[in-house]
Amino acid sequence: MTTMTLDAAGQTGAAQPKTVERETVDTQRKVTETVGRPLCDNAKLRMRNVNVFYGEAQAIHNVSLDIGRNEVVAMIGPSGCGKSTFLRCLNRMNDTIEGCRVEGELTLDGEPIYGPKVDVVPLRARVGMVFQKPNPFPKSIYDNVAYGPKIHGIASRRAELDEIVENSLRRAGLWNEVKDRLDKPGTGLSGGQQQRLCIARAIAVSPEVILMDEPCSALDPIATARIEELIDELRENYTIAIVTHSMQQAARVSQRTAYFHLGHLVEVNDTEMVFTNPQHELTEAYITGRFG
Amino acid sequence: MQTPTLFALLLLLVLVAYGTGFSRALAAARSRGGVRNLASLPSYYGLHTALWCGLPALLLLGAWLAFDNAIIRAMVMNSIPDRPETAAGRNLLYVQIQNLAAGNLFGETTPELQAAADRLNSLRSGASLLQAALTLILALGLGAFALLRFSPELRAREKVEKVLRAVLLACACAAILTTVGILLSVLFESLRFFQTVPVTEFLFGLHWSPQMALRADQVGSSGAFGAVPLFTGTLMVSAIAMFVAVPVGLMSAIYLAEYASKRVRALAKPLLEILAGVPTVVYGFFAALTVAPFIRDLATSVGVQASSESALAAGLVMGIMIIPFVSSLSDDVINAVPQSLRDGALGLGSTRSETVRKVVIPAALPGIVGGVLLAVSRAIGETMIVVMAAGLAANLTANPLESVTTVTVQIVTLLVGDQEFDSPKTLAAFALGLMLFLSTLVLNFIALHVVKKYREQYD
Repeated sequence: MTTMTLDAAGQTGAAQPKTVERETVDTQRKVTETVGRPLCDNAKLRMRNVNVFYGEAQAIHNVSLDIGRNEVVAMIGPSGCGKSTFLRCLNRMNDTIEGCRVEGELTLDGEPIYGPKVDVVPLRARVGMVFQKPNPFPKSIYDNVAYGPKIHGIASRRAELDEIVENSLRRAGLWNEVKDRLDKPGTGLSGGQQQRLCIARAIAVSPEVILMDEPCSALDPIATARIEELIDELRENYTIAIVTHSMQQAARVSQRTAYFHLGHLVEVNDTEMVFTNPQHELTEAYITGRFG
Repeated sequence: MQTPTLFALLLLLVLVAYGTGFSRALAAARSRGGVRNLASLPSYYGLHTALWCGLPALLLLGAWLAFDNAIIRAMVMNSIPDRPETAAGRNLLYVQIQNLAAGNLFGETTPELQAAADRLNSLRSGASLLQAALTLILALGLGAFALLRFSPELRAREKVEKVLRAVLLACACAAILTTVGILLSVLFESLRFFQTVPVTEFLFGLHWSPQMALRADQVGSSGAFGAVPLFTGTLMVSAIAMFVAVPVGLMSAIYLAEYASKRVRALAKPLLEILAGVPTVVYGFFAALTVAPFIRDLATSVGVQASSESALAAGLVMGIMIIPFVSSLSDDVINAVPQSLRDGALGLGSTRSETVRKVVIPAALPGIVGGVLLAVSRAIGETMIVVMAAGLAANLTANPLESVTTVTVQIVTLLVGDQEFDSPKTLAAFALGLMLFLSTLVLNFIALHVVKKYREQYD
């Protein structure tokens, strides 16, 4: 049935895609239930009935999702659908936004993420984050990577710190490019290098989870390819949640893909399933490029 | 014709020229089917005509006003057969002639003087007539010339913008030239001072007592010009002020920028900035009447001798005055640090204070240093508070409870009242001013250097 309407839309859609899309897929429709496989047995992060509000406005509606160990979960969806907001709940970066309120049950290895007794500092050390725009500190490359280990007291001696810095840079695939200029400012690197520096900085504190908020949106295709390779390698040791606008990227790097729509989690499934055989008509409309 | 009338007439001409150029362009546009078929907008044709009409005439008028008197004077003086030898004598003679010409009679006059005065009057009236005629003819002629040259292909905008650029350049030069002029005048007066008092004595002398003896037997007029007590006094008061202002200002800036909620910030920032609006003289009597006695009483109660005018009182109050400077500038700089840097640091598990200390402040440091150095030069140049609260005695002391005096205070006292401008006493003020100027220059130089060296750039 779904296919029928979409096909019909496809024919007229060539002339007037915008209006037709409204007729075929009601994108404003309430989504009541997530279809697919949002939960998993081996969950590292477990989110149940999460609601997020910005003041009065509700940005996330009743989302439940698990992110498994050594799994890459991609979050896709049109702009403003709440995927970044949801991602930022996972290490409480939303705390920095005035008027933002998070409800629901979120746990990391069974321990609550929110709650009066939770200290946000060790939490963020366990759940690292890479941002949309590369944001190296205005410090040397070395100090950028050493920043986290220093504040968490991970390395006590200079040699240890050197080792952590080198390892992190190696794992981020940046070592060979910067090993001769570790004392040069990190802001002097190219965009792709800066983003890999930020990844190195994040893994230097040995987090368990890495959250990536559109890490490649400011990068060229070659730098993007390097980062995608890197994500694949990092999966061996880390759990990764990545927000992306590129469906190809989601298809390339993730095991499961979650499709968000207007603050609702519409569908979660194995990535291959989502892109070849989406269960929900909104998902299908989005991945076939009918809106978004 | 009087100069103001001439100006008014010229302005009127310029307006008429603008209107004519504008309507000429509009008419041309109509016959060509719209304004877009002209090379420039009609208002530029108007401006073009107005500039041709007004600018050369104004320049002529300006030059005339500048050289008018000197030329007339030369002509009058040349007509007098036996002129005095000295410049002072000639000045005196010319003043006499001027007075005579204005109808103020002092004492007897000679026929030569009377003739010179008449000549002055006739030259003046002739000159003013000539000036008006020339200016107006120039304005009319060039205005008409511009109108004659009008054509729809004329690129009026480019020409007008060229003139505007020249005007902007002239304005920029005016500011620079003023600075250079001030510097040179201070420099030359200082050189005159250093002819009577050696530079080494001024810079390294430990005794400051600038009273010059008018009579040989006058008491207490040694005329010692060792400025070290003033420098140390200035340094001490400024240091105390910065000691108060930098920590308080910086921390309040950090609080406002990083910790305060929007509502607190909206309330606290303007309140803090009111502090900057208080006139320094008000701070001055606050320091002299409230703070200084309080410090004296406090010191006495713990058994320490304190002067009722102390460096500490002046410095503390000056520090309070400077707080809004430091805090407001630092607050702006801290706010300019991109949120993405804070997010990055917080995302790595930094606490808020680690984020501030290790990421935000280093990133904002060049701006903060700049703000602090601005505050320092303000402290060094501040006058009113120290005049009222620090005292006038040039004590060479490191005790902040004693009264000290500063460079600015001494400049004020040296130049207040009736003074002769060729005694070392008044000239010393210029030397002190030069020292102030040089020290702020050095300060700025160091500031730039520091800022460049420690600059940590962010996008």
